[in-house]
Amino acid sequence: MYHRFDAVIVGAGGAGLMAAAQLAGKCNVAVISKLYPVRSHTGAAQGGIAAALANVEEDHWIWHMFDTVKGGDYLVDQDAAEVLAREAIDAIIELEHWGFPFNRLPDGRIDQRRFGGHTRNFGEAPVRRSCYAADRTGHMILQTLYQQSIKNQVVFFDEFMMLDLLLTDDGVCTGVVALDIETGELHIFHAKAVLLATGGFGRVYKVTSNALSLTGDGVAIVFRRGLPLEDMEFYQFHPTGIYKLGILLSEACRGEGGILRNGLGERFMERYAPTLLDLAPRDVVSRSIYLEIREGRGVEGKDYVYLDLTHLPKEVIETKLADNTDFVRTYLGLDPVTDPIPIQPTAHYAMGGIPTDVDGRVTIDAQNTPVPGLYAAGECACVSVHGANRLGTNSLVDLVVFGRRAGRHMLQFVQENDLHPLPKEPDYRARAEIEWILENEGEEKVATIRTELQEAMMADASVFRTGDGLRRMQDKLVELRNRFTRISIDDRSRTFNTDLVEAIELGYLLDCAEAIVACALAREESRGAHYREDFPQRDDANWLKHTLVTRTSGGLELSYKPVIITRFQPKERTY
Amino acid sequence: MQVTLRIQRFNPETDTKPHYREYTVEVEPTDRVLDALNQVKWYQDGSLTYRRSCAHGICGSDAMRINGRNRLACKVLIKDLGPKITIEPLLGFKVIKDLVVDLEPFFAQYRAVMPYLINDEPPPTRERRQTPEERELIEDTSKCILCACCTSACPIFWTTEWLGPAAIVNGHRFLFDSRDRATEERLAILNQRFGVWRCRTIFNCTEACPRGIQVTHAIEQVKRRILFEQS
Repeated sequence: MYHRFDAVIVGAGGAGLMAAAQLAGKCNVAVISKLYPVRSHTGAAQGGIAAALANVEEDHWIWHMFDTVKGGDYLVDQDAAEVLAREAIDAIIELEHWGFPFNRLPDGRIDQRRFGGHTRNFGEAPVRRSCYAADRTGHMILQTLYQQSIKNQVVFFDEFMMLDLLLTDDGVCTGVVALDIETGELHIFHAKAVLLATGGFGRVYKVTSNALSLTGDGVAIVFRRGLPLEDMEFYQFHPTGIYKLGILLSEACRGEGGILRNGLGERFMERYAPTLLDLAPRDVVSRSIYLEIREGRGVEGKDYVYLDLTHLPKEVIETKLADNTDFVRTYLGLDPVTDPIPIQPTAHYAMGGIPTDVDGRVTIDAQNTPVPGLYAAGECACVSVHGANRLGTNSLVDLVVFGRRAGRHMLQFVQENDLHPLPKEPDYRARAEIEWILENEGEEKVATIRTELQEAMMADASVFRTGDGLRRMQDKLVELRNRFTRISIDDRSRTFNTDLVEAIELGYLLDCAEAIVACALAREESRGAHYREDFPQRDDANWLKHTLVTRTSGGLELSYKPVIITRFQPKERTY
Repeated sequence: MQVTLRIQRFNPETDTKPHYREYTVEVEPTDRVLDALNQVKWYQDGSLTYRRSCAHGICGSDAMRINGRNRLACKVLIKDLGPKITIEPLLGFKVIKDLVVDLEPFFAQYRAVMPYLINDEPPPTRERRQTPEERELIEDTSKCILCACCTSACPIFWTTEWLGPAAIVNGHRFLFDSRDRATEERLAILNQRFGVWRCRTIFNCTEACPRGIQVTHAIEQVKRRILFEQS
């Protein structure tokens, strides 16, 4: 089936819906989403969204910008960080005007709380910058934006999965091809502009806070079409995942006063981050947890430590951390009011992704040459505001600030440009992929390959990395790719074929993993979330640059682009 | 431990009516029902079809009937169910395939209550003020994840056309928001023949809500609001 729109948005999380709000009613826009929009993973974000409102104590956008740059270990593009910190304030106010139910101060203004790495006066002490709705801030953002979409009568294609991106030979984006999961039909969306807002790819790892549907679809498709990905080696592990399950316990637990303790009961962050302690950035805390475990100070010698909230008032735990309390009671049968909670770091957020400029335009080289008509925003994009490590709450800021900017730029673009003709046989690749998977007869199972991928990535490409481990992972990926060609699936029907969907998703995960490993092996230094045990120091002389990885007929090619530095020269990063 | 899952299956391409199939899986007592379903799908029968995403009770994808009660499969643990577990699609919706139902009528009801803030007064340059006490009035109903557990647990919904609990919860969320200015329009919608008065305070909705929302209480608050504002 053929559709024609001015603008098509792929993904209905925070970034996609924020962009849709800019376009609705002003041009002909459609949102395609693999899930019902309210199922998107933005809804799982918990603790807050940062903005220097200064409602509770003195704060300035430039402090927020500095924290973002330092938190990202100076790999952040500072022009983008400035946009993020300045526009966060206005974006929060806009959300409030749309009905977002923020927690409030007694005088009726928005309340704010502490979060990791957010400080006053360039690192002096934690600052209360995070605006929040209990511990379901992401849920309320998703709901508020979906509510606006209904108000604005946005056209949705729910449970449509993107399979291909349409680019002309001269590199202009002309639309996407998507599978209607319910009917099995292919749909061609012909458009002047496309926004990819497809989220992350946490499912490349075994222990993750990410939804089962977070398989890097948009990132992998861009990569397959020969466009570069940026900084894929930087993947964040959140310190406090529920042990074994990986379900996220918010940094707000520590923002409200929670403490990490090792098996000896020690507050071990005193050793690693004497100023910010438990509220140091996530890369620092996750590494510290692993170091404690390695040195035999995990709980009962095992591979977990405790998140301790037992000293907090019951009232705070039950109301400000209500969802977290529910998770712990449901999945562990423990009560955070009286019991310490077993936690381990969990794969959480991709700092890297599809390179864009500050208007969301996808760029293809070190000169930031844009692809006409192609945009990306949210976790799938790399602006880069998070650099080598994202600060807590900045993902939601990223969504609303850059989703909004991308939407606004797209509106201007579709008003100034004509529809480009589609390439010939626009759906041939998507059709071939589906037919191949539906008809292939082999002895391999999708789930087996996926599990091996996730376990191997966890072992060799997670918090601690070495050249040997990454090379082993490269070999493993060759083997898994080979076996992937011999899969067969059980469900050969057209209607709601989730067996087919999972096979396609595994292909995307393999692409993402390959990009991560190639970039991580090349980067012979340690910076932010990328820690090489064989190169434990940050090396600004050689590595203060962004990685670009491109798939070519001869394999993966790496190139680099400079980091934009405006206000803050790189310094040693201590907390 | 071993558990047997008795699952209602239906493939519209080959079946004229639903049937049951049993699967035995090896699971931990602390596993979620979703983990057991995944075991079946990934290693025994890839054609088993259900929705799922976040796997921790936040996205609302995997609402289904588990031993006769509406639950999120990711929020029920095996140890709370025993060795034999019957799993069926939500009642009151058309089954698309196996445990996947057509939720479009559910979302249509949601859209019918105008689920968005309405306030045409020019906003201040900063946030609109709202006291913690005013904010508290919408704390419970703003937790809704639109999973449909409540609505499809309602006997009235099975037999009669009406808005259903989830739509009313979302109407409540704006009706009780001090910043909203569409009280009259909202009350008119909720006061219709198909509105709150169809509720018989059976409390199935409250019992089914995986977010712990006091759904029946919210419906009663809306009823009272209609009575008092209209008199």
